Amino acid sequence: MSQESVSPHALPFPPLTRGWGWLAWLSTTDHKKIGILYMVTSLFFFGVGGIEALLIRIQLATPEAKVLTPQEYNAIFTMHGTTMIFLVVMPLFIGIANYLVPLMIGARDVAFPRLNALGFWVFLLGGIVIYLALFTGSLADAGWFSYAPLSEAAYSSRPGVDYWIVGLIEMGVGTIGAAVNLLATIVRYRAPGMTYRRMPLFVWMMMITSLIILYALTPLNAGLIMLLGDRLLHLHFFRANVSGGSAILWQHIFWFFGHPEVYIMALPAFGMMSEVVPVFSRKPIFGYTFVAGSGVAIGLLSFAVWVHHMFAVGLSTPMNAAFSAASMLIAVPTGVKIFNWSTTMFRGKLRLDTPLLFAAAFIIQFVIGGITGTMFAAVPLDWQLTDSYFVVAHFHYVLFGGSMFALWAGVYYWYPKITGRMLNERLGKWHFWLAVIGFNATFFVQHILGLVGMPRRVYTYPNLPGYEAMNMISTVGAFILAAAVVLFLWNLVVSFRRGKPAGDNPWDAWTLEWATNSPPPEHNFEKLPPVRSARPLFDLAHPEIADYLDTHSEAKA
Amino acid sequence: MDRLYSTVASVLSPASPYARDIGHLFWITFWISMVILLFVSAFVIFNLVRFRDRGEGGLPPQTHGNTVVEVTWTVVPLVILIVLFVLTVQTMAAVSPSTKTTANALNVDVVAHQWWWEFRYPDGDVVTANELHIPVGRTIHLTLTSADVIHDFWVPELGRKMDAVPGHPNTMIIQADRPGTYLGTCAEYCGTDHAWMRIRVVAQTPDAYQAWLTAQAQPHAQPANAKQAIGRGLFVGLTCSSCHTIKGSGATASKDVGPDLTHLADRDTLAAGVIANTPENLRQWLADPNSIKPGSYMPDLHLSSQQLDALVAYLEEQP
Repeated sequence: MSQESVSPHALPFPPLTRGWGWLAWLSTTDHKKIGILYMVTSLFFFGVGGIEALLIRIQLATPEAKVLTPQEYNAIFTMHGTTMIFLVVMPLFIGIANYLVPLMIGARDVAFPRLNALGFWVFLLGGIVIYLALFTGSLADAGWFSYAPLSEAAYSSRPGVDYWIVGLIEMGVGTIGAAVNLLATIVRYRAPGMTYRRMPLFVWMMMITSLIILYALTPLNAGLIMLLGDRLLHLHFFRANVSGGSAILWQHIFWFFGHPEVYIMALPAFGMMSEVVPVFSRKPIFGYTFVAGSGVAIGLLSFAVWVHHMFAVGLSTPMNAAFSAASMLIAVPTGVKIFNWSTTMFRGKLRLDTPLLFAAAFIIQFVIGGITGTMFAAVPLDWQLTDSYFVVAHFHYVLFGGSMFALWAGVYYWYPKITGRMLNERLGKWHFWLAVIGFNATFFVQHILGLVGMPRRVYTYPNLPGYEAMNMISTVGAFILAAAVVLFLWNLVVSFRRGKPAGDNPWDAWTLEWATNSPPPEHNFEKLPPVRSARPLFDLAHPEIADYLDTHSEAKA
Repeated sequence: MDRLYSTVASVLSPASPYARDIGHLFWITFWISMVILLFVSAFVIFNLVRFRDRGEGGLPPQTHGNTVVEVTWTVVPLVILIVLFVLTVQTMAAVSPSTKTTANALNVDVVAHQWWWEFRYPDGDVVTANELHIPVGRTIHLTLTSADVIHDFWVPELGRKMDAVPGHPNTMIIQADRPGTYLGTCAEYCGTDHAWMRIRVVAQTPDAYQAWLTAQAQPHAQPANAKQAIGRGLFVGLTCSSCHTIKGSGATASKDVGPDLTHLADRDTLAAGVIANTPENLRQWLADPNSIKPGSYMPDLHLSSQQLDALVAYLEEQP
């Protein structure tokens, strides 16, 4: 590779893949295979959650429709939210991180390969358990935040909610395992020369995300065990009519997890953006330190904003005002990132391949989700808009228009590394345009529906002026979006078999994962290039203008 | 059915000082947001068009950042947000109960149930359901509680929304400037029939309101004919009166499980907004509640045709 090269850290013990064929997948402790298991699992559940979304939109396409019963609708919207958050977005990020973080830091595996495997299988068990409730004839139907006392046995007597609680606890345990592992790997196994200030930004964001997971999912699991105790052992943590019970306590516990959870699903997206935008702009990220630092700021602030989910609960004015201020403050580091990505593109040489298209759409859609988010931080606006379709539009702009679009940018970018083949660009462009049109058609009108008084989580609605037309637009949009997703999945399948061979570094990218074969060998690397800046492969290809020669303060590190 | 829902229920058509204050804050935030959105979108699209790789090769200048620029785009949003925060705190005070806003207010207690609303007028011995009559131009001070799970009272044109939490009474203020019917709904997911927990606020001139209140305070009409008398007998004798109260029927429900049905004929809708309140609809509601509002706690008593006629005649105070 070059005359100068270094060896990655020795492995704690070699990656083990015992058995053959399918057995190899069951017993593997190779972080790459486990990453693929996470990704395939979340793509499967993406299909499940997507079908649930379409059922929701079919029922809501016309006023007073009777396609689904209220009980069916309520179970489906509960499972849609739970599935998309816990079984799609989180595991897709964790899976990609599992695959890429060791490669990006020049490690041969993760710190705890067996814990890594255990984490995945416990997570998968949880995902299966929440759907296993189907065999009892019920599914959880108390909403994805399962507010007490609705989620208590007195009002949700069927076992669906119990399965949901147990499944979530298991997923929490698995995810905490993955977070510990990523954190230890990043702290301990970075390649020689890779200081924290030379780490790829995706690794930075996964480091912060892992810390958030540790401090957010642990209280969630505690709260879930309390709720389960209420339901099965007749305890009364959250039963309002029993002495000492408080319905609002559940909300504090849930949102103490729930808001950091938003950043668990957003920071990895920010990390992907920070890898894709520079490579396709042919420039380094504008303001590396600010991008990393604003991620740290977001991680800290994410634990100080949870009450903005509870402004309509009737808490005291000082409490509401304090959390309003913190929620507005978190918009600042988020805004910084938006400016950094768009300025990275400025005066670049932009390659308009599919990853950059998704990244560009991410910026605009995420800004829409961000500014409506700031509206919710303004308490009186929240008092009007929360629990309406406006908030449904808001968080889908953040999580679908944001996180999912960043994931698509990332998948088109890293698929060649993982499979050794390129995704089809033509299908990719179709996927992109259908997704942009479908996504915005589905969710933009929902802002207006919320403003004209349509509450969320209703299985049907009376035909107030405009409701029918706007709901129909939203439903048509959802089917366009579904077509985009089908094209995406089709692209993954056909390109795996017939895609153009990728080579080691098809995008002329700069981070270490591109310094090995595609797909990488089991031990990832034999030798590594020297790491003297955040872009070791750029330095290698352009020694005359290498980053480490640059006198600019941002690059020296 | 649409005549029940022919008016908008929009945050953007406020009909009270409180909703107007919030609407005002919305538009300020909206225009600031539009400037930011247009600026960022234009910049991204400009970059995509202007700096597209046209295949001439070579690298663009490798700029790594600029501290002055970074500090600027940190500080400018911060200043905008500080302004927004000040407006937020001011608006919170203006639209919340205080000695100033509730000085001359009318107090009404709101009890939320799965899946209907109970409105109690402490001053007038009047209890009604799902439809709240108020005088125009006067602040209404609502105290919200819940009989079961968490619900949320929301009439967008008249003011904020507020949760009705069991064991945690909340207060809020609304007002209507003009007479009319204002539509609202439960906004917190509360189980099976969350969709059908609609609110109608009927704002009347002070005189009309007073006349309505006086009429409501009267007992339900005594049976004027044999059919109504049978109806009352059924209401008291079947299980109806264990959940429902009718003033003057001789029976009082032990618990507020179902709505008070005194002067039911006065209301626009049945089943918390599902159907218009007509004798035919009431008959169908009694005959098969599940076909009107699936999942509701109203039981099907398998009433005969004559029983239905008699009950409808009594409940609607009609011959």
